[in-house]
Amino acid sequence: MTLAAVRPRLNPKVRLRFDRRTGRHLLLYPETGLELNDTATAIARLCTGEKTIDDMVDHLTGTYADASPGEIRRAVHEFLGVLADRGLLQGAT
Amino acid sequence: MNNEHRPYTLIAELTYRCPLHCPYCSNPLDFAEHGNEIDADTWLRVFHEAEELGVVQLNLTGGEPLLRDDLELLVEGARKLDLYTNLITSGIPLTSQRLSRLRALGLDSVQISIQSTRRSVADRIAGAPSFNRKLDAMRWATSLEIPLTVNVVLHRENISEIEELIALAECVSADRLELANTQYLGWALKNRAALLPTREQIERARTVAAEAKARLRGSMEVLFVTPDYYTDHPKSCMEGWGRRFIVVNPEGLALPCHLAHTIPGLRFEHVTQRRLSDIWHHSAGFNRFRGNEWLPDPCRTCERRVLDFGGCRCQAFHLSGDAGMPDPACSLAPGHDVIESARTQADRTAGIPVLFEYRTGRGRSSR
Repeated sequence: MTLAAVRPRLNPKVRLRFDRRTGRHLLLYPETGLELNDTATAIARLCTGEKTIDDMVDHLTGTYADASPGEIRRAVHEFLGVLADRGLLQGAT
Repeated sequence: MNNEHRPYTLIAELTYRCPLHCPYCSNPLDFAEHGNEIDADTWLRVFHEAEELGVVQLNLTGGEPLLRDDLELLVEGARKLDLYTNLITSGIPLTSQRLSRLRALGLDSVQISIQSTRRSVADRIAGAPSFNRKLDAMRWATSLEIPLTVNVVLHRENISEIEELIALAECVSADRLELANTQYLGWALKNRAALLPTREQIERARTVAAEAKARLRGSMEVLFVTPDYYTDHPKSCMEGWGRRFIVVNPEGLALPCHLAHTIPGLRFEHVTQRRLSDIWHHSAGFNRFRGNEWLPDPCRTCERRVLDFGGCRCQAFHLSGDAGMPDPACSLAPGHDVIESARTQADRTAGIPVLFEYRTGRGRSSR
């Protein structure tokens, strides 16, 4: 399985919730959570098991016109790494 | 208010009643003398007030929370508030049907404790036959696809089983494994001579756990909590007093930690008498050990104060007699010799069984 074929999906144990005290989103999972910035929230929302990493980068490049595709690709890889490290991701192919 | 003092987690101790008698129970020694349990309506109001304060995680614990027959109402109410709800249980009494119902009502995860991988040892530590039923409960959680945390309180009687404990957690497809060394307060302090492992035992277990953590990264989270008796630095108890956690005990007392009310001279309040946000912001008990003002020497000028907040106040009180003193777990604390002598005793008595003083006394029911 190559990385290009992976379609990341959030582990079903994860809940994304808006935190009205900070205006940011929280990714909640058993007994803890991660506070996300706007970019991470946008990436997390795309982890539905339908999009490849290339699809995600394309989608975000359309949304964030001020960032280069290279920067966006780096941000996606970095954040998916954070999620995978914590077991918060499932990769469907 | 800034985020410096914001509770993220409400620990709801629904009852002190429990079918088990573990000699390291985190409930207070006098748990049976406490008042009546607060009812479901009060709990639902507390959940609501906690969510308004910023709480996003809810731990339903006890005692044994399954002994509340209104647990379903509480899980359903928590879900309506979008709280991430964790059930922390011995797994007894539980049926597959009830777990399935709780899941349908919005339960997000379940944590089940296990005492040992050997039935006879596990049942002896728990003081009641429980091992087989715990394994059943773990399997039900997995088959219902509820994220499962296996929790093991480590001590000298089970710490040598570390490989088997990890294998058991893998076998039941746990999502997380908490290998949490006993914290020596309350019942565990009473039983310290029977429970405290040697440094050698701890080091070996830590090495095995670190290897498992690396091997299982991404599939099962392995958490190893070193006991503060062997770290020479105090633990960041509750991530700071009145900073991230609120505990509400079975009779509705709002507390910064499970045992804060065992410190004499502190005033805590009941959720039946005051709104939770007022208690959190304004009660004398919650404010007593917040910030840096109260810090004793040498904590006051120590660079680690931002990491450990001066350590555990209950431990300072129960080991030194003064909750305002440095936590004796710190090697710089004046009272550190009590920790050293406990370690020496653990070495001297290694391999010699000491009888447990089991948790006893009947928790009162609300009905």
